Formats: sequence, C-alpha cells, structure tokens
Amino acid sequence: MAFSPQGEGVFFYRETEMGQKRVVMDAEGIDRALTRIAYEMLERNKGVEGLVLVGIRTGGIYLAQRLQKKITAIEGAVLPLGILDVTLYRDDLHSRRKKLRLGKTDIPFSLDEKKVVLVDDVLFTGRTIRAAMDGLMDFGRPKLIQLAVLIDRGHRELPIRADFVGKNLPSSFWEAVAVNLAEKNGLNEVVIEQVA
Amino acid sequence: MKLRRKDILGMQDLSVEEINFILDTADSFLEVSTREIKKVPTLRGKTVINLFYEASTRTRTSFEIAGKRLSADTINISASTSSVVKGETLIDTARNLEAMNPDIIVMRHSAAGAPHMLARLMKPAIINAGDGAHEHPTQALLDLLTIRTRKGKIAGLNVAIVGDIGHSRVARSNIHGLTKMGAHVTVAGPATMIPRGVEKMGVAVFHKIDEAIRDADIVMMLRIQTEREKQNIFPSLREYAAYFGLNSRNIRLAKEDVLVMHPGPVNRGVEISPDIADGSYSIILDQVTNGVAVRMALLYLCAEDTKA
Repeated sequence: MAFSPQGEGVFFYRETEMGQKRVVMDAEGIDRALTRIAYEMLERNKGVEGLVLVGIRTGGIYLAQRLQKKITAIEGAVLPLGILDVTLYRDDLHSRRKKLRLGKTDIPFSLDEKKVVLVDDVLFTGRTIRAAMDGLMDFGRPKLIQLAVLIDRGHRELPIRADFVGKNLPSSFWEAVAVNLAEKNGLNEVVIEQVA
Repeated sequence: MKLRRKDILGMQDLSVEEINFILDTADSFLEVSTREIKKVPTLRGKTVINLFYEASTRTRTSFEIAGKRLSADTINISASTSSVVKGETLIDTARNLEAMNPDIIVMRHSAAGAPHMLARLMKPAIINAGDGAHEHPTQALLDLLTIRTRKGKIAGLNVAIVGDIGHSRVARSNIHGLTKMGAHVTVAGPATMIPRGVEKMGVAVFHKIDEAIRDADIVMMLRIQTEREKQNIFPSLREYAAYFGLNSRNIRLAKEDVLVMHPGPVNRGVEISPDIADGSYSIILDQVTNGVAVRMALLYLCAEDTKA
C-alpha cells in the first residue's frame, strides 16, 4: 500500500499488529542527526557558556541526554540537564476524557539568564512547545529559548518553529509519527503509521 | 487511567490501583511546591469551595493552598460564620452553593455520611475532608505517600496505630488504606477506645502500647480528643500518658529505623513526649508537606471528572 508523504530514505515496510509501518529513519540516521544538531547548537551559541538542556517528558528526555553526551564528547563540558512535564500547562486538559499520567518535572537549577535548548522528539501542532515555554517561565527568565527536535512533521497550529531539526518529514495529518528509542522500548527508529 | 468515580468519599471504596494512581500523581505534584513560583495554570477557571462544619487548621489551609497552587478559585466557608447559625439545613446550604456552579466541594462535617449524602444529590465533585468518626481519606492518602516516600514501599511494613481508635476517622481510613496496600497493622489503646469487632478490618489488637509497637516500622500516634474526656473513656490525661504515651523509653521496642507519625494537632506530653515529636524519628512535618501534594492531586483528578 502506498503512503502519501514521500520522505527521503524510505527503505522498507513492516507488517505489525498495528497495521503497516514505514521506517523513515534508522539508528544510524538518528545518531547522525543528533551529532549534527550538537555541532549546530555549539556553533549558533558560540560554545557551551550559559547553555542548558531541558528535555520534554518523555521522548525529549532521552534525546536531551544523548545530546548532552555528544556535547561532552566535543567540548568536554557537561551541560546542565532538566526534565519538564508539560501536562499541567496543556490547553486540552479539560476536553480530554482520559487523564494523562502526570510525570515529574525536575529542573534543579535556575533558568535566569540561561540559553535554554528545549528538546523534544516530534514537532507537530506546536501546542506542546507552547505549554513547555509557559512552564519554563516559572523557573526563571531565560536569556533565550531555542528548540531542538528530531522530527518536524509540519501541521503547525501556532506560530512556532524549531531552531535545530533532525529531519523534516512532511506527513499527512492522519498519520502517526513515532520515535522509538532504545531507552524507551529497545528500538532506535522513526516510523510512520496509518491511524485506523 | 482515570478515577472511576466523581467523588472522593473514603478509603473503603478506593481500589489499590486507584490509590497507587493518586499517590503517583501526588508524587509528581510535590515538586511544584518547591519552586520559586509555586503555581501552575492547570485549574484556571475552576471553583473550589471548602465547606467546613468543624474546626480545622491543617486540612483547610492545605486544601486552600492546593487549590491556589493549581490556579483554582478557592472559597472558604466555616459553619460559625455562615447561615448555619441562622438555622439553614445542610441540604439547603449545599443547594444554594451548587446554584453558584462550583466544580468541587471539599467538605468536613461532624455527621458521618454527610458528604455521601451531598455526593448523591449534587453535580460538583465532593471530597470528604472528614465526616464524624467515619473517614478522613485525604489524611490516609498523605500518610500512605509519606510512608511510601520514606520507606520506598508500604507492603510488608509493620504499622502500629495507638490511641482512641473508636473515635478516630484518621485511624479508620488508615486501617482501610494500609491493609489494602499490604501493611501489617496493629492497634492499641484502652479498652474503652477500641471499637468492638475492629479485628474484622484485618488488624491485631493490643491493650498495651509496648506490645503494639514491638518491631514496628511505623508508629502512628492519634490525638487524644480531650473534648471527649467528659465521657469518662479514660480516667486522666496523666494516666493515659503513663500507659499509652510514646516516649524515649518505649520507642526502643520498635525497629531501629522506626518513623513516628501524628495527624495533628499534637497534645505534647499526652500521647507523645516532646522529645519524640521533635526528634529524629518524627516525620510529622513531612506529613503536612505531603498533604498539599495529595490534595493537589485529588483536586486535579476530580476537576477532570466533573466535565466528563
């Protein structure tokens, strides 16, 4: 069966119990994209001075940790890393019937005058990022906020864009893009699947 | 996951799964109170009424702070300054409050079952903040969270509850909660304070504090309700302190890493000696801190369900 978006590097289809999936990024692809993002972050910010990472729960945490390691390998410095759960800041809490499980937020440092790089796996409508920026402001007044995502799939509903993108993936609104990471479920791949 | 209920009325009807869900949610809320800006926008536009027909410092303040930290509008009503003194019935008061469209009513009343009656009649979610000698679920939940945070688990722990078991809604809710979560619960107190048939709730009964707290991981002391002294359920405060007070002598019978809890307000020198209340075993103030997080979790979860 053919899928409408023709992203680059489409290799094969997999049959699963969920229906057809298409792998659009494999483990090497993810790793190379993160390496490039790490260099871009350092270049744009002229080093690690004042730079901190905040991963959005849950996918963003693992990507932020990987970026933190890559930057340590390049510059020798270990960037402060925070975790943000945006549930309390969402705009759809009261229209959802099913309760989202609230995770822990852990930002053990002030964001005052810091260059904050917000990290998430997929940028879609932009609503999560809006919520995340509201959350960050409760932890201080950052000098600036940048956004790093592994996948930008389009369909923005708010005026938000990413500063660092692993891969632009034009997708249909009715498809689901899943980023599977070894830390989460043992796989390292980005897949597109049809939503029934 | 969602709570399968509109109201939080007691520990008796909460499932283990629901209790764990509430504790996990509360655990995540703990962090909000440590921020410099202790407020999240989650319940913006929701109204919470604290309807208190009995005196309270801790519980009412805790609920008010919890509501405010979630950005809800909180209103406090105490019986002494309301139309109750003019003779308005509970149902009339409740119907009038309901007409102002609150989302959640937190309620304390001296009559057991009062919140249950309102829950059946009213649209807003009702949270029981203590009904007579029946239940005080939010206290039991904050006690469970405190134990779980300090000990890493609840199942298998020895928990001794000492004091006026018969008149204590804290004891009743905690017995339901702790036994459901797999703790071994013992209770102790003078025979006049132990309700008949309490063994059926799955607890061991002792009439000497020394026996109840032997090898305990947790000792939970209850407040001696001095207002009930006139009912002759115990001869004198001094005698009670001598036989059932927790002090530096008898605490050695418990485990070395025992933790001492008390729901407050403390009668110093009666049920607990000051050196224990303020000492290294005491986690009484942890309980108060965790209380805000538990109540934030319940307001958050109940506000959700009023719409659904």
